[in-house]
Amino acid sequence: MNWELIFGQITWNSFVFAGAIENPSLSEFIASGAGTVAVLGALASVILLTVKRWWVPLWRDWLTSVDHKKVGIMYIVTALVMFARAVIEGALMRAQQLSAVDNSGFLSADHFGQLFSTHGTIMIFFVAMPFITGLMNYVMPLQIGARDVSFPLLNAISLMLTIAGAILIMVSLVIGQFSTGGWTAYPPFTGIHFSPGEGVDYWIWAVSLGSIGSTLTGLNFAVTIYKKRCPGMTLFRMPLFCWTTLCTSILMIFAMAPLTVATVMLALDRYAGFHFFTNGAGGNMMNYANLFWLFGHPEVYILILPAFGVWSEVVSTFSSKRIYGYTSLVYATMCIAVLSFAVWLHHFFTMGQSADVNAVFGIATMVIGVPTGVKVYDWLLTMVGGRIRFTTSMLFHINFLLTFILGGMTGVLLANPGIDFQVHNTLFLVAHFHNMIIPGVLFGMFAAVQFWFPKAFGFRLHEGLGRASFWCFAPGFLLAFFPLYWLGMMGATRRTYMWTDPAYLPWLALAMAGAVLILTGFGLMVTQIVVSVRRRAELAAPLGDPWDGRALEWSIPSPPPAWNFAVLPDVSSRDPFYEAKKAGTAYRSPEAYEDIEVPRNTATAPLIGLFACAWAFGLVWHIWWLVVVSFVLMWAVVIARSFASDTEETVPAAMVKAANEAFLAAVRATPGVTRDQEMTAANRGRAIPEGWEGGASILTSGAAVGVSR
Amino acid sequence: MSLSDRLHPGINLAGTDPESHEAAEEVLFGFWIFLMSDLVLFAVLFATYAAMSVQGIAAGPGPAEVFDLTAAFLETLLLLLSSFAFGFALLAMKYRENRRSVLAWLLVTGILGLAFVGMELHDYYVMVTAHGATPQVSGFLSAYYLLTGTHALHVSSGLVWMAIMAIQVAMFGFDKRVKLRLMRLALFWHMLDVVWIGIFTFVYLFGVTS
Repeated sequence: MNWELIFGQITWNSFVFAGAIENPSLSEFIASGAGTVAVLGALASVILLTVKRWWVPLWRDWLTSVDHKKVGIMYIVTALVMFARAVIEGALMRAQQLSAVDNSGFLSADHFGQLFSTHGTIMIFFVAMPFITGLMNYVMPLQIGARDVSFPLLNAISLMLTIAGAILIMVSLVIGQFSTGGWTAYPPFTGIHFSPGEGVDYWIWAVSLGSIGSTLTGLNFAVTIYKKRCPGMTLFRMPLFCWTTLCTSILMIFAMAPLTVATVMLALDRYAGFHFFTNGAGGNMMNYANLFWLFGHPEVYILILPAFGVWSEVVSTFSSKRIYGYTSLVYATMCIAVLSFAVWLHHFFTMGQSADVNAVFGIATMVIGVPTGVKVYDWLLTMVGGRIRFTTSMLFHINFLLTFILGGMTGVLLANPGIDFQVHNTLFLVAHFHNMIIPGVLFGMFAAVQFWFPKAFGFRLHEGLGRASFWCFAPGFLLAFFPLYWLGMMGATRRTYMWTDPAYLPWLALAMAGAVLILTGFGLMVTQIVVSVRRRAELAAPLGDPWDGRALEWSIPSPPPAWNFAVLPDVSSRDPFYEAKKAGTAYRSPEAYEDIEVPRNTATAPLIGLFACAWAFGLVWHIWWLVVVSFVLMWAVVIARSFASDTEETVPAAMVKAANEAFLAAVRATPGVTRDQEMTAANRGRAIPEGWEGGASILTSGAAVGVSR
Repeated sequence: MSLSDRLHPGINLAGTDPESHEAAEEVLFGFWIFLMSDLVLFAVLFATYAAMSVQGIAAGPGPAEVFDLTAAFLETLLLLLSSFAFGFALLAMKYRENRRSVLAWLLVTGILGLAFVGMELHDYYVMVTAHGATPQVSGFLSAYYLLTGTHALHVSSGLVWMAIMAIQVAMFGFDKRVKLRLMRLALFWHMLDVVWIGIFTFVYLFGVTS
């Protein structure tokens, strides 16, 4: 039949709106509403881009850029867009569970299943991952004194593959259904027998694209840290954020491969009748559980380690103290990275191994608490005797220390197989991992946005609105998730769309209130960004150092030039910029400038992303011509690129000199601000180091032309 | 550190082309890390095969019934010889910079590689037609086809890459990019040998004795 040849398995009924017409119910209207929002959102973007004539700048300055800073920003924008969807899904699930005590609520069971599957998949693969990757992209090369990552084009390709996966998940709102198998997609439920249709295929290909992107990112960052540090930047002089980036990169290199293998095997089972995870013919779903968690547990640390790096930077900057126990923090990070590969089995204690095996993995799991505990003490001791400023980032940090410890405690409880048998698969577990990921990873990323936003855009974020959003997020989290501990212990199972026990009701109501607070917090955060953009003149800090920063990224203008450093820095200690400020050697003119080679923009990465997205869409819907065509085109782009020779352009030394001297002159002409004035309009980004206010006159007069190197 | 001290695994160009040697450091290191990640992928496939070849046979044939050791041994020889030929191609690139001899060695490598893939496809054909051993029969066969198929896919993409490199050698000669790419392709090709030796040992030799 011709239709099937052209459109594969897509029919009119595949479109979400068909459900609302054929079977009008609140659940279907919500699904159609979500589809409408996705379509209208896309339409609104197209109209905005056209009206404002932003198509050309978008293509020329952003999509084709291979600059690590722009790639990083695009990652974070992707993460925030996807966060908006997934957080609303979370609130919808709370509302359904609240309304479904002794009745079926307003969502169908199938719709609820799709919600928890997309919520989990998006939050892990398309919020947390792009958020940390974007942040590492932006910050790490600046902190090690590099001009870019080792493989800038590969970096852009990773981004575009991730975006392709995100787009695929957004498309599933409109065309077809998503999987109901949860973010872990355990077979045999996700096999073709129990889950026919396109849902699981959407999951498989979206996750595969993200997973390949992350593998390439890990490789790229590890090589960058090993090979592109500036002169004098030994490994043990790197800021802690770079250490955590390194460990996360290594985890990505090792841990993403099992996920890729697991998704490919699941795909072969579904598409070609293989028997990896089927019930019969020698298939064994335990292989899937092992492969998935061989990825899944390191993944937890892939997410949390960069956040630990952020916390280390935040706490030392806003305590005006060098980080306490630097070496112990480095070793703790490495211990966590290694141990993360030795605990995967605790995700399925109840799935049939012997008690001895469970005991080994239970103990290994508890042992991870030790290096994590070391870190907590180091952060606490960094604050002791420091001058603490309660900025938004710092508030998030203090909240992190309090709540993360509670989450860690429940983790130690769950690590005990005997207890795990009682509470596995209940809301207790859901409370536990949200307790780790929200205050740890998500709030860590929010703190990072507050902290590095002025570096990326040249103006600070509105502090009052930032604190307001914190005061919604922090209690909102506690309200939304602590009741789930109680519910879990009362026996409430996870992923359940209706209840019969009226005793759950008050706890579910509390959790709902928390979800509302979290949504309010997110609204305030968006408002904060909008307000800050409007008032950017008053919040401007173009001189690059609004927080009295310590590492190299604060020594250059905000936003930094495409080449980052006019002359590669030569460092001789930890916290090199802070030490230079104290010694009065910061902001000196270099002796000489040289031409700088930067990679040219290229359409390679966005084209690969486009064809990868089309390829995955074709696979989901069995549109074989599209699969073949887009696959060939994807590789044709790669091959064509390998024949291009003119891939770099030169920034002349004179241009670098003019820009850098203008920046240095502006710094010298601006009086520094003390920490008391940090949040006032006087803060243009020139800081007087804490405790050096007396020497401020020397600093502010500044040697007109000092010569270093 | 002097230039010649900065060695990396694989062929080194310090003696004949210091500039390319310098540039090779970062990209070759990066490629080693890629190979490492690729080996993790194979390790996971091996682990799956190890489990499936024992527990996943179900009603289907076992390893000893379907494997042809002679063919596997010939395939091993073909692949190892092709790696040997690639070694000569790189030596010719390093010491002679002679397009014709490099292209000739690449051709030998490619023909041996093609013969390898051809023989493997023939193996599959025999297994399917003579034993009815398709991947849909059992978990063991699924794992077997995925492991050896992934390797064969790697070899095939290596062949495509080799053809492109032959064109680039002919077009651009031995500029820095071409040299560094040939060096990386060589590493890739040798890694596939290592993986194949694992397959020959654990899949075929263990398989027929068990």
